[in-house]
Amino acid sequence: MTDTYTRLVSDGPGRNIAKKLGLPQPAALRRYEPGQALLTGPVVVQGSTPGADKLAAELLSWDLDVRRHPVPAEKLGAIILVLDEVEHPGDLEKPVLAAAASLRDLRPGGRVITVSRPASEASSPAAAAARQGVDGFLRSLAKELRAGATGNGVLLANGVEPTSPSSLGAIRFFLSGRSSFVDGQFLEVSSAAGALPADTDKPLAGKVAVVTGAARGIGAQIARTLYRDGATLVLVDIPAAGEQLAAVANEVRATALQLDISAADAGQRIIDHAVQRHGKLDIVVHNAGITRDKLLANMDQARWSSVININIAAQLRINEALLASEHFRSSPRIVSVASTSGIAGNRGQTNYAASKGGVMGMVRATAPIVGARGGTINAVAPGFIETEMTARIPFAVREIARRLNSLQQGGLPSDVAETIAFLASDAAGGINGEVLRVCGQNLVGA
Amino acid sequence: MSIDGQSMPGPGAPARETSVPATRRAVIVGGNRIPFARAGGAYAKSSNQDMLTAALDGLIARFGLQDERIGQVAAGAVLKHSRDFNLTREAVLGSALSAETPVYDLQQACATGLEAVVGLANKIKLGQIESGIAGGVDSASDAPVVVSEGLREVILDLNRAKTLPQRLQILSRLRPKDLAPLAPGTSEPRTGLSMGEHQALTTAQWKIAREAQDELALNSHRNLAAAYDSGFFDDLMTPYRGLTRDGNLRADTSMEKLAGLKPVFGRSLGADATMTAGNSTPLTDGAATVLLASDEWADARDLPKLAAVVDAEAAAVDFVHGKDGLLMAPVFAVPRLLARQKLTLADIDYFEIHEAFAATVLSTLAAWEDEEFGRTRLGLEGAFGSIDRSRLNVHGSSLAAGHPFAATGGRIVATLAKMLHAKGNSDGRPARGLVSVCAAGGQGVVAILESL
Repeated sequence: MTDTYTRLVSDGPGRNIAKKLGLPQPAALRRYEPGQALLTGPVVVQGSTPGADKLAAELLSWDLDVRRHPVPAEKLGAIILVLDEVEHPGDLEKPVLAAAASLRDLRPGGRVITVSRPASEASSPAAAAARQGVDGFLRSLAKELRAGATGNGVLLANGVEPTSPSSLGAIRFFLSGRSSFVDGQFLEVSSAAGALPADTDKPLAGKVAVVTGAARGIGAQIARTLYRDGATLVLVDIPAAGEQLAAVANEVRATALQLDISAADAGQRIIDHAVQRHGKLDIVVHNAGITRDKLLANMDQARWSSVININIAAQLRINEALLASEHFRSSPRIVSVASTSGIAGNRGQTNYAASKGGVMGMVRATAPIVGARGGTINAVAPGFIETEMTARIPFAVREIARRLNSLQQGGLPSDVAETIAFLASDAAGGINGEVLRVCGQNLVGA
Repeated sequence: MSIDGQSMPGPGAPARETSVPATRRAVIVGGNRIPFARAGGAYAKSSNQDMLTAALDGLIARFGLQDERIGQVAAGAVLKHSRDFNLTREAVLGSALSAETPVYDLQQACATGLEAVVGLANKIKLGQIESGIAGGVDSASDAPVVVSEGLREVILDLNRAKTLPQRLQILSRLRPKDLAPLAPGTSEPRTGLSMGEHQALTTAQWKIAREAQDELALNSHRNLAAAYDSGFFDDLMTPYRGLTRDGNLRADTSMEKLAGLKPVFGRSLGADATMTAGNSTPLTDGAATVLLASDEWADARDLPKLAAVVDAEAAAVDFVHGKDGLLMAPVFAVPRLLARQKLTLADIDYFEIHEAFAATVLSTLAAWEDEEFGRTRLGLEGAFGSIDRSRLNVHGSSLAAGHPFAATGGRIVATLAKMLHAKGNSDGRPARGLVSVCAAGGQGVVAILESL
């Protein structure tokens, strides 16, 4: 699970020593398990707009304790700041300071969520200033939160209600233990599309999903998480990884498809397999990726081209086949795995960062095309995740890399997988063309 | 037919006049094997049970058979530890299949895998089962080593002894030589000759040239390498223990390299010895499985249907008295099978003749092309016929892939089923394939598959 250091300083004498020495004290994060309550403790909904009222009423129907005004000294599960109608930076003061008064009552693993609108769609400079102000406010607040608490924001496009399906879906995701390593991030809801699941523990029931690179690491965990959420799976990996792929497939009752995704006909073979064996194809998770790290001065053609080929060119080619297929027309979902390397850059990873930057560009440009078919395409950008791959990073470098975020620890493959499962679900039907970071609010490349 | 052996028809005559009409089809859904490793190689520490379980798990993953109760699983091994009396059941229990899947072990030397396919296909045709997995596994690396007969008798007698003096008396019978372990032999018990030495006699009898044998071996390697390069095995194989291709495959071999090898069998023939390590199969470890089903069972699960198991025939020859070569039984089985199906060699699109030795295949073809043999031994009017060599072992066979005895049948059936499915109907008829596997003890099993 979590790393040794985090366990050591979580309780007992280690905790006291770390505190005295001023060492980082990462908390054990609240992670989702089926059947788990959405949240422990009441939710305070701050804000006085009609949207805030409606949202508070909706949250009541989730069996949450909802407060419009905090009870003094009551421990809270979450604070939701509804700022959907701010027109001037001065409008932030009242709800923000009201929330501030409750911050010390937030339980470990608590949540702060802002609900606001994107500055790009503001009607006046003052409104844009207020909206953009939320961005800076939330990101700073997230860095102040402790004990595994996180702060994230939902951005609602003009005309999208705080109670629209994907607004509720995103709020539910941020409140839950599914988002434990997502911190200081905004997720934009661009339309009122989407639907909340009938069974919140099986949000992917009835869906057929393909996961590439599923033989190990994050891919294997994505398979487990999608399976747990009710999906029927096709797991893809290169033929040479077939032994591990078969083991994962047998664990999650999937069919294994040994396939090199960089083959010209990979997209068609994926579609054919899914349709023949499972009758349809709803979700494709582009997870397969490789690293061939080298300083650019030492970069050779093989390292560069193999990374570009597998990490982005293959996704582009497969998407072309998917979008041309009559079998990928019913609320299709594509989720790609990008990387914070593609956002912030990483020494020795020019090829990898180019490919992952490419993934984000591809996702944004594909969104309108998939959207026209009633579907969505989004990406997750993992930060430092504890995998076999990161375990090979030299100790000191690794230790720095995993602590340099607001949660002071590396994420787990399951954190990436939970975010992908959410983006693949109907609840995220109004979220399209987004890149959501799963990085614990990495201190670089924000 | 008389029960008096002397008046029975020769091995070339049809075994029976009529065939029982099949009630329904048995279809081949697909297969899975692990890459075959040279003995002492990647699977040196893997048991038969490990390898068979791995081959099953890959099949289960490919076709989504997790927790499925298969009608019956039939598999076996030739080199088998006594503790593995329930080898297949133990492998199934260790796999992702339902623990309520019944199994049986079987053993028919190198024909084990093919006989498992035939047996389960027959059960499906008769309606006794809806699905079956046929398999085979062998480890030449993890072979049983047994104690000497002298030591074994002493141990058993000790077990029965009641008093200390009795025990001491029994122990005193023990001699140092009794303590030497016995490795499994591959020689025929009734002749004392190894399979290679037997084949060397046949090779000489049919005057099979060294060059012809080397050429067949070269084709086997080239064809198998090409099949790998084209991704042909991507849905027939699951890697195991780091091996992703057959360990015996030599993609870069050449006639020059093969010609440089010294003969290893038939050396008593002197300059006429032709059989080398290059044109004989090596000892190999590996496992293979084939998924068989009724149409209904496959359709209900949206599974592919590659080919149907049409018919099969077994034969045996009297090699003990030198009447026929040890590995020549298929020479008799194939004419009987084709006659029953009213087919000729020209009606077959693909021939899969197991390459125990290159010379085995070539001796078989020579016998079929021989006028006198056709008349006197097969009971035909002349030669049985010749085959289009471009249809023979087109994706390679045992010389390149290796030959883990009981696994070879499954390897061939799954490979052929995929080839037939890809070829499909032409000239208004399905593609047909013939499988021929020779086996120790002068036996052979052959079968016809048909594309779906």
